[in-house]
Amino acid sequence: MAPAVPAPHATRPPFGARPARSELPRATRDPAWARWALTGAALAFLAFFLVLPLVVVFAQAFSKGGAYFLAAIREPDALAAIRLTLLTVAIVVPANVVFGIAAAWAIAKFRFPGKSLLTTLIDLPFAVSPVISGLVYVLVFGAQGWLGPWLIAHNIRIIFAVPGIVLATAFVTFPFVARELIPLMQAQGTDEEYSAVTLGANGWQTFWRVTLPNIRWGLFYGVILCNARAMGEFGAVSVVSGHIRGETNTMPLHVEILYNEYNIAGAFAVASLLALLAIATLVIKSIVEWRQTRTA
Amino acid sequence: MSIEAHSIRKKFGTYTALDGVDLNVPQGKLVALLGPSGSGKTTLLRIIAGLEFPDLGSGRVLFHGDDVTDLPAGRRKVGFVFQHYALFRHMSVFENVAFGLRVRRRRDRPSSAAIAERAHRLLELVQLDGLAGRFPSQLSGGERQRVALARALAVEPKVLLLDEPFGALDARVRKDLRRWLRRFHDEIQLTTIFVTHDQEEALEIADEVVIMNKAHVEQVGTPQQVYDKPASPFVYQFLGNVNVLRAPTLAGARRRSGGGEASPDGQIYVRPHDIELTPHDAGGSGLSAIVRHIHAAGPHARLLLEQVQTREHVEVEISRSELAALSLQANDLVRMRLRQTHSFDEDYAI
Repeated sequence: MAPAVPAPHATRPPFGARPARSELPRATRDPAWARWALTGAALAFLAFFLVLPLVVVFAQAFSKGGAYFLAAIREPDALAAIRLTLLTVAIVVPANVVFGIAAAWAIAKFRFPGKSLLTTLIDLPFAVSPVISGLVYVLVFGAQGWLGPWLIAHNIRIIFAVPGIVLATAFVTFPFVARELIPLMQAQGTDEEYSAVTLGANGWQTFWRVTLPNIRWGLFYGVILCNARAMGEFGAVSVVSGHIRGETNTMPLHVEILYNEYNIAGAFAVASLLALLAIATLVIKSIVEWRQTRTA
Repeated sequence: MSIEAHSIRKKFGTYTALDGVDLNVPQGKLVALLGPSGSGKTTLLRIIAGLEFPDLGSGRVLFHGDDVTDLPAGRRKVGFVFQHYALFRHMSVFENVAFGLRVRRRRDRPSSAAIAERAHRLLELVQLDGLAGRFPSQLSGGERQRVALARALAVEPKVLLLDEPFGALDARVRKDLRRWLRRFHDEIQLTTIFVTHDQEEALEIADEVVIMNKAHVEQVGTPQQVYDKPASPFVYQFLGNVNVLRAPTLAGARRRSGGGEASPDGQIYVRPHDIELTPHDAGGSGLSAIVRHIHAAGPHARLLLEQVQTREHVEVEISRSELAALSLQANDLVRMRLRQTHSFDEDYAI
């Protein structure tokens, strides 16, 4: 679970020192009780909805001791689920980075017919319930689906197999990178690219030296969100996976199975790994961002 | 290198940006493309640069006699400076200037020592060598503009194209920078076209002014030519203040020597400083007018008069000593004589 983090470009301070609170004009300062009340409310909310669940996850994971925790995540089915999740992420995230950049580039920098349609389509996965997304793939690729007989005849397995899981995850996580980049690229306009072109840069050079460095923070943030969602996706994957232990179970599905078998400590042990991965990505993001503001 | 454009046409959807435009810029000149917004001047500049292309089959762009219409921007050897600078925001000033050399193919690329030397020399040329390590966001508008210029010059362009180079600067900096650009141009002798909507700017620094309106070129000439002999009412009005008066009322007011002939129901154009005022009781020829307002702050006095006969308002500009000699007050009567007037055929309606 990735907690709500403001976009990176919003958190970067402008050049020059930030004004200390005492330098702010009086009119923008609230009375002490209001400041404390608002801050307190925000912190209480965060503690209750974000920190507490996180603590519960780890407390439950270790409720039967460290040995049980290790055994739960070393068990072959758990390892298979971890491997499958990482494999899915390793395919889906790079693919969505490429698709996302391409779509954002096309939408933000060019005029073409059908542009608004494309913009709407990118949002489709947000609008559709993940379960429906999964179901769509079953209807297309499943044994009773449109392409089912042909796929069976050629011995290609998509539904209840890894390709289906990858497809469903890719569909659900498609908007993250593109959505993050489109407003950023639109705001930056095309003048810098045109400059590069008049200076003799070719398309690749323009992209690698001008466009990509300008969007790197938005891209990084999009990748993190995409990654978190790809690891945690449940609904769509659940429909296409078939829940075959050790074969088509991703980590969230494995957690569900363990939980349904009343193996609470085991379920939370695997869940704690997902939580750890999420925390790790956020820490990496903060560190890179912090270094960037220091060098700029 | 000379630049020629022949019958360029460009449409964006249903909007016509350029409708058969011709342009001829001789080698080494500083030429202004002047016109109101929407007149097509920036589109023409971008077509010359190769950032836009004319509509299929419509026209050609020639550099030094060679057809470059189908060449992409990167191969035309143009230096282009954008209105909002378009500096690479993630690169230092030095890296911005070096960019054009760094992206060259390996066999054409200078050594990094040579690139560094050239970048520093260019930054010296635009008087910014001390700021090589800064980022664009740490510079003032005028400094950014000069970095953009240095960056454009790094690739040794054959022509320099500037899109509203001073448009985003405040008035003071703008004046300094445009004089600097004129001196700079005299130094480097590079064929230069700049786009502007500011007639004062164009008339002050350009060798030649190309006045555009509604996708057409209205007039081409030296600043003095276009100012003294405007080819159309549009040019006349665009290049300075002007009074438009109905012709018949002026029959007795015009000196025999001054101005062109008005068609019977045409209009007469006269600049505020081409009107002479004489005391009313002195008699003689001239139109009677009532002084409505006197604005005397500034180097010249501006008066708003109301012509007695037609009730038309007329703006007049005279020196402050003349004003003192006339000792005018609001609501006084004066006579005005038009020293120089213009009239145009009616077909030229604006």
